[in-house]
Amino acid sequence: MPLLRAEDISVFRGERLVLDNVSLTLDAGEALLLTGPNGAGKSTLLRVLAGLRHPDSGRLLWQDTDILTDRTMHAAHIAYLGHQDALKPGLTLVENLALFSRGKSLDEALDVFDLVHLADVPVRLFSAGQKRRAALTRVVLARAPLWLLDEPSLGLDARSVDRLGTALARHRSEGGMIVATTHVPLPLPDTRHLALPGAPVVDDARWHEPA
Amino acid sequence: MSMGGLFIAIVARELRLALRHGADTLGSVLFFVLAGALFPLALGPSPELLRHMAPGVIWVCALLAALLPLDRLFGSELEDGSLDQLLLLGLPPSLVALAKMAAHWLTTGVPLLVAAVPMAIMLGLPPAALPVLMAGLVPGTIVLSLVGGMAASVVLGARRGGVLLPLLVLPLVTPALIFGAAAVDSARTGLPFAPDLELLMAFMAGALPLCPLAGGAGLRAAAE
Repeated sequence: MPLLRAEDISVFRGERLVLDNVSLTLDAGEALLLTGPNGAGKSTLLRVLAGLRHPDSGRLLWQDTDILTDRTMHAAHIAYLGHQDALKPGLTLVENLALFSRGKSLDEALDVFDLVHLADVPVRLFSAGQKRRAALTRVVLARAPLWLLDEPSLGLDARSVDRLGTALARHRSEGGMIVATTHVPLPLPDTRHLALPGAPVVDDARWHEPA
Repeated sequence: MSMGGLFIAIVARELRLALRHGADTLGSVLFFVLAGALFPLALGPSPELLRHMAPGVIWVCALLAALLPLDRLFGSELEDGSLDQLLLLGLPPSLVALAKMAAHWLTTGVPLLVAAVPMAIMLGLPPAALPVLMAGLVPGTIVLSLVGGMAASVVLGARRGGVLLPLLVLPLVTPALIFGAAAVDSARTGLPFAPDLELLMAFMAGALPLCPLAGGAGLRAAAE
């Protein structure tokens, strides 16, 4: 049985159907790339898998136990990278990450994205790419089996994309799982793809009303 | 890390942020002092009148001052995406809300308590009534943080949440205001003040479990 299974997930945003009966399975070491045009619901699906968003219908199973009954428990399986980097500009990098290291040492994780020399620099002085690397460091720190990454390579330079590829490969070799959205090629070989169709054409009487 | 450790880590992070942004933190205390200082100017410097009004003035000013930082309490976390990360820490949302409420009390409630002493002396409150004022303000400020934090999480993500917030908080904390000010008034006139303080404590005891639960549900809903 697969570790993670989503069955017939549907999500409405307002009155618009964003996800229509999406199903997916994921097993240890696997990676899944979500593709689709803007507004296809890629980020929404990631938030559903993270347990942040309650799907309007469908089931979400982790080792055959329902995730939605105890979303706090499910959080231990998740490392989530959102659109935003979720860093406080007034705090240094170490202070920002301290809460998420759960008491463990930061040094090793900071080295993954080459941020050791910026450890004590306030995040407000970081560039966009450096902030993204800091947010990716938090993903590594979580030591969670399932990585949910929303456009992980956004703003990264070529060297950092290489480092991202190394980190992703290492996570998978240790039995981790990855679900990522992207518009650019990611350094992620041997992946499965899930194409989300774009917004369905609205066939609403209001659009055809005679002037 | 245990749940307790994570809880303390959230509070510590908030305290560090409050220290970094000292001007924001001091803002509510300065508002409290300034608003209190306006009353003698508006009502005239009659010592008898001010002594009469002192408990009410201090309580109302503390209530209004505690409102000021509330819309940023969760608002900044929602805007920069930190709320998602806080909810994924593995801590129940109600404990995340409680940690933020505790941080609000430490950064707003405690400075207000300290500033209330010179304010009481300035308004001519008899020294005998001062311990009762403080005994009421300690649970009173805790209630303000609990109810305020709950309301802040409920209006989170709503349009014009900043306007909605005082409209939600002020009616809910009127019991604390009534009992707290009445206790000081009783002490000033030599009447027994224990019943008022006990009712205030009872209000706090009710708010302590209920507000974090409602606050946690508000945070979950805001992240949806």
